[in-house]
Amino acid sequence: MPSEHPRYQKLTVQGTTYETLLTGKFLRRKPWSQPDPGSVACVIPGMILRVSVRPGQRVCKGDPLVTLEAMKMQNDVLSPVDGTVKSVAVAVGTQVAKGQVMLVIASSP
Amino acid sequence: MAPTSKHVDFFRRKNKLLGGGGTKAIEKQTAMGKLTARDRITALLDAHSFHEYDLFVEHKCRDFDMESKSLPGDGVITGTGTIIDRPVCIYAQDFTVAGGSLGLMHARKITKIMDHAVKMGMPLIGINDSGGARIQEGVDSLAGYGEIFYRNTMASGIIPQLSVILGPCAGGAVYSPALTDFVFVVDKISKMFITGPEVIKTVLGEEVSMEDLGGARVQAEITGNAHFIASNELECFHQIKQLLSYIPWNNGRRPDRYPPTAPKPRFDIEKIIPPEPSKPYDIRDIIRAVSDNSDFFEVHKSWAPNVVVGFARLDGETVGVVGNQPLVLAGVLDVDSSDKAARFIRFCDAFNIPLVTLVDLPGYLPGIDQEHAGVIRHGAKILYAYSEATVPKITVILRKAYGGGYIAMCSRHLGADFVFAWPTAEIAVMGPEGAANIIFRNEIAAAADPAATRKQKVAEYGEKFANPYVAAASGHIDAVIGPSDTRKFLVHAIQVSTNKSESRPKKKHGIPPF
Repeated sequence: MPSEHPRYQKLTVQGTTYETLLTGKFLRRKPWSQPDPGSVACVIPGMILRVSVRPGQRVCKGDPLVTLEAMKMQNDVLSPVDGTVKSVAVAVGTQVAKGQVMLVIASSP
Repeated sequence: MAPTSKHVDFFRRKNKLLGGGGTKAIEKQTAMGKLTARDRITALLDAHSFHEYDLFVEHKCRDFDMESKSLPGDGVITGTGTIIDRPVCIYAQDFTVAGGSLGLMHARKITKIMDHAVKMGMPLIGINDSGGARIQEGVDSLAGYGEIFYRNTMASGIIPQLSVILGPCAGGAVYSPALTDFVFVVDKISKMFITGPEVIKTVLGEEVSMEDLGGARVQAEITGNAHFIASNELECFHQIKQLLSYIPWNNGRRPDRYPPTAPKPRFDIEKIIPPEPSKPYDIRDIIRAVSDNSDFFEVHKSWAPNVVVGFARLDGETVGVVGNQPLVLAGVLDVDSSDKAARFIRFCDAFNIPLVTLVDLPGYLPGIDQEHAGVIRHGAKILYAYSEATVPKITVILRKAYGGGYIAMCSRHLGADFVFAWPTAEIAVMGPEGAANIIFRNEIAAAADPAATRKQKVAEYGEKFANPYVAAASGHIDAVIGPSDTRKFLVHAIQVSTNKSESRPKKKHGIPPF
């Protein structure tokens, strides 16, 4: 009998809860969180060539923060907001992975 | 006639070429658990049916000392033959010859057999086992790949194209299989990726094995690049033969008709579906309860299993079946399952295979990850594919058919020719729970006992709308049928739609939501 199947789990769709099997992909899905506008994450894996700011330094939107070499291209990573550099998590030579937070800017007008 | 020196010379030349890369290279190939290219062709084709062409082709590279090297057949075997008496064109890359690397003449042999397949209207089977581009031949080798991709695209929808990955298939080479209709992989032998583990390690510092990066299981379960996975090469060849039995030689023909057989009695269609709509069952049991000999040849078995697609026969005629699978993720449509169903529908439409759609789904999968992964764009593919298809389209609504899911699963509104519903069908905007919560929100909130009121309202809504008769009253479905009549209705629908002809407005091509 299906209802005695030990591996069945619950999935709610439009207010109704169904007994069913869940897939690995479904279970591995990443939880979503509100993005922090001042958190500067790496978009492409690479290596830090230059760090242009220090903690405490004021930056304007568009100011270069670090230079990241990835796929043989030197990319200037620019500040997404006006504010103050809260922390720098990378140094020259650091290998950074995609999604890794490199700096945090405390946004201020 | 006594052999002349010319005959002797011919046999000497031929035998040398038939030896491929030589004993040592063949031993290495065998040690990797792989058959040789020649043995693969022999094992796959009907006995003695293989006729080889271009055995004497030689590469033309004059750089890097290549002029002194002879590469038998330039690392690929091409020809024609038969599989269960059906003609096929085939090529098999020979890893024992320069790692099966692709140079200009190697590619020319492949494009020649591809052109032949299209001209003669027969399926093309490509066995891939190659280290990649022949670096010594530089841009000529890239040109070779491009010419193959172009022909894969031109042949798409004209002849069935099957790619069999029996070794590495890396870099640009992966795009030929990706452009073909069906990709076969074998566990521990097939490897497919754009950039290999070494590059990933150098550039990104991430360590991953070939198997974990792009092995057979990855392609069959995670990416969906592979349609069929086998545990060894012979099982893979058996799958190819099975597939060819269901599909036509080309788009101008129908699949071969087989002698009709009844489904096996152990699939009792009245007893498969639990009465509660929230309980699961295996949709494949329903397919087997109506198909000839209870056979069902499943495509993309391991990927996006919340929708099931594959081939079956009804009274001897091949049909393509698409069914929601309540056993997995309650049978919802999501990004991958929409993609999977849409592609299968387009194959069937291109090759004159009627579509049978079995509906039991609660709708699209809710979630931020789904929305951000593009469930709108991917979900649209299934609408496009069904609407565009002109082969006979037959839909059976078994149980739930809610909201957008109802529309998407080959509803009358997308051009279904026949829509049948079981008495257990619930055709509505959403399930009773969800609907009652919205419609009677204020009443429930104001009630002395909200839980009891909700329950009552859910029952009320269910009574009124969770049935097939509202849709039947509007003519959205053609007949309400008992489960045990399903096969009869399906067989009849296929019979009477033999001469279906439906034309579309003239256009160069549509723009599906790729």
